[in-house]
Amino acid sequence: MKSLQTVGILGYGVYVPMYRIKAQEIGRMWKREGRLPIEEKSVVGLDEDTATLAVEASLNALKRAKISGSFIGAIRLGTESKPYAVKPTATIVAEAIGATPRLMAADLEFACKAGTEAIQSCRALVASGIVDYALAIGVDTAQGRPRDELEYTAGCGAAAYVLSKKSHEALAYIEDAVSYVTDTPDFWRRPLEPYPCHAYRFTGKPAYFHHIISAAKLLMEKTGLSPSDFTYAVFHQPNVKFPLTVASILGFKKDQILPGLLVNAIGNTYAASSLIGLAAVLDVAKPGDRILLVSYGSGAGSDAFSIVVQDSIEEKRELAPLVKDYINRKKYIDYATYAFYRKKILV
Amino acid sequence: MKENVVICGIGYTRIGEHWDKSLRELAVEASLKALEDSGFDHVDAIYVSNMMSGMLQEQEHLGALVATYLGLRGIPACKVEAACGSGGMAIHQAFLAVSSGYYKTVLVVGVEKMSDRTTSEVTLALASAEDREYVISTGATFVGLNALLYRAYMLKYGVRQESIAKFPVIEHENALNAPHAQFRRKITLEDVLSSPLIADPLHLLECAPLGDGAAALVISCEEEAKNNKCDAVRIIGSAAATDILSLYEREDLLTLYATVKASQKAYEMAGIKPKDVDLLEVHDAFSILAPISLEDLGFAKKGEGWKLIEKEEVALSGRIPTNTMGGLKARGHPIGATGIYQAVDAILQLRNDAGKNQVDNASVALLQSIGGVGGTVTVNILKR
Amino acid sequence: MSVPRYWRERVTKYRLIGAQCTNCGKSFYPPRKVCPYCGSRDLKEVALPRKGKVISFTVIRVPPAGFELYSPYLIAIVELENGTRVLAQLTDVDLSEVKVGMPVEATFRKYLEHGPSGIIEYGIKFRPVIKGEDK
Ligand SMILES: [Zn+2]
Repeated sequence: MKSLQTVGILGYGVYVPMYRIKAQEIGRMWKREGRLPIEEKSVVGLDEDTATLAVEASLNALKRAKISGSFIGAIRLGTESKPYAVKPTATIVAEAIGATPRLMAADLEFACKAGTEAIQSCRALVASGIVDYALAIGVDTAQGRPRDELEYTAGCGAAAYVLSKKSHEALAYIEDAVSYVTDTPDFWRRPLEPYPCHAYRFTGKPAYFHHIISAAKLLMEKTGLSPSDFTYAVFHQPNVKFPLTVASILGFKKDQILPGLLVNAIGNTYAASSLIGLAAVLDVAKPGDRILLVSYGSGAGSDAFSIVVQDSIEEKRELAPLVKDYINRKKYIDYATYAFYRKKILV
Repeated sequence: MKENVVICGIGYTRIGEHWDKSLRELAVEASLKALEDSGFDHVDAIYVSNMMSGMLQEQEHLGALVATYLGLRGIPACKVEAACGSGGMAIHQAFLAVSSGYYKTVLVVGVEKMSDRTTSEVTLALASAEDREYVISTGATFVGLNALLYRAYMLKYGVRQESIAKFPVIEHENALNAPHAQFRRKITLEDVLSSPLIADPLHLLECAPLGDGAAALVISCEEEAKNNKCDAVRIIGSAAATDILSLYEREDLLTLYATVKASQKAYEMAGIKPKDVDLLEVHDAFSILAPISLEDLGFAKKGEGWKLIEKEEVALSGRIPTNTMGGLKARGHPIGATGIYQAVDAILQLRNDAGKNQVDNASVALLQSIGGVGGTVTVNILKR
Repeated sequence: MSVPRYWRERVTKYRLIGAQCTNCGKSFYPPRKVCPYCGSRDLKEVALPRKGKVISFTVIRVPPAGFELYSPYLIAIVELENGTRVLAQLTDVDLSEVKVGMPVEATFRKYLEHGPSGIIEYGIKFRPVIKGEDK
């Protein structure tokens, strides 16, 4: 892939719904003993879905971008939890943020990689000059089958990034990026099925680890950078163990990882997971910091980015709520309420 | 106005769940009784007051339907609709038609048939009295909108709920002696305040019930009534007004501007003042509408209507007997027919036919009919 | 609710679009051709402020057809920062937490779903102001 240093991040925004369920509470329901994969996860309210989460994150991103929605020339919305199986979610977002009608808009699906795939797509549209401003969104309200391991972690959240040509207005720019994709069926959901299936331990080494490590190494080889050149690194976070393990394999230290590691507090937000992690890092980063972002999507593939923070971050981060504002805004619900909110109870 | 207008016949059904009677049967039953009571066997026109026949019965064109089933083929007939205020508005239309001299005698029949549908269907249909696109689409209900008023009223005037929730208690007392009332049982203030919340702070027993019913009036010019030797009551004032449809857009939530405006016109036409009114029918679809209406009709200062309730001035023995047969809450509230029942109840009093509930020397009665949350208000003043 | 009807209203409801009267200065929601306060026909469409406070509220416990899933829920009259009034649901707040005068902000939410196969209605609701939104 070509190195294009011409695309900047003009604004970013996230949204995390306020409801939380503790993994312990899910464990109580199923009489599970022993260690749990995370502490707690975020849950959407009854009136929230992928579209509403995406709108909230996008409005926050526009605030930091300091542009109105009408400037957006393209929306790429990555998700696996579309409100409509057929009918774009991106059009709902476009209408709600005032981007209609002169724009491109489409939903992308690539499991948890759909959000960074949206960034790749928007980056290309901006770099080519086809559009001046593009909005990339990663958003999910993922469901795990009751009692399955994924039920403990499948969370809800959204992250949105406004990309434009690199300038001093941009709070960061994409220094380089690579993608690494194979056909690896570690996790899937067939049409009309409410819950996904996974291949258990096959989701680890040949899937998550192989793709993330390969993409990260490719990027570092291509750019000549090493782990010590990055102030921060963010990896897709389906649980706490995987990103920490992948970090240590690649030679990253804990303090490079922890600012962007949120899975313990909000769960695995799928297409939003690594992008909310990046946002949390941008919330604390200083101009000049370099950030490694590597997503992972089952099926399977990874996108790896090297992102360099610019001066305008200091002024812009204050223009919308920080990730921690959303993490701290929480209300715990019990399993019964969770089951109702996630439509696991027929009413 | 060319002619003096009188009401010279009344007819009505009991209010309640008439499982065995259709909308047309109810309308015909009340109409025939009214015609019989008046002594007229023919009228020049029919006004059918109804709100929800389209939504609940999938039946419109009620004018021709009722005319057909009354065997009055050929006469002009139409439906008059102003939400829950349809009844008062139909009387106003009949008043205009007769006072102009164009029709000599008309039949007004109010009818609503609600029990064929579930509560949620009726709730949605009733909500159509407000803005469907920008209010009801949010999930607001008609009860809920009145609850918004209620909370604002208590907060602004520092009123306890007990002072307002007493109104249905007084009405239930009155309905004990009203054979046509839907609820003929006593309730206590504790019953009201411990009944389930429908839309906070409104309790179930502060809300008028759903019910079926029909009531009819024969309205004619004074001369015709005299020729026919009717027991007639004059309409000395009749006026209607509108307000901004949606409650939330009004600068002052707690004044129903249309009540103020319609009552001022009606008082002026009748040449009377509030103090000249002997009895009152207010449109208490919800308890909170009683104090607000008492204020807007000029019986209390703004923010003090609740005092008339607390001091029982609105009871049969009070200074201004109100809703003497139980009002919307206890006599019943078959929406499109309600305004006609108000006239029936007042005429029973003015004719000295009110039995145990008779108010002595009653001569002037004022009827207030509200559509929506005050989007339409009609005030009719009757005199013996 | 018919699909075309929902579609016609979407921009107003998604973005909280109102109109302002150039004669009396008042603004209102939804937009229209004639000012409800002074009768002027000289109006312009405006995006209304997204923050305001609760003027009155209620809890809908007997919902109309279609809203059963969400009951009980909150309905409020909200006065926006420029004085415009809006009626909408309150969300992300416990029934017992709401107070008259409480600051709230607009949020884009689902109104209801027309069964498992029908369209999904979206629009503006209000929620307590999120920390960081005051920035
Ligand atoms: Zn104006």
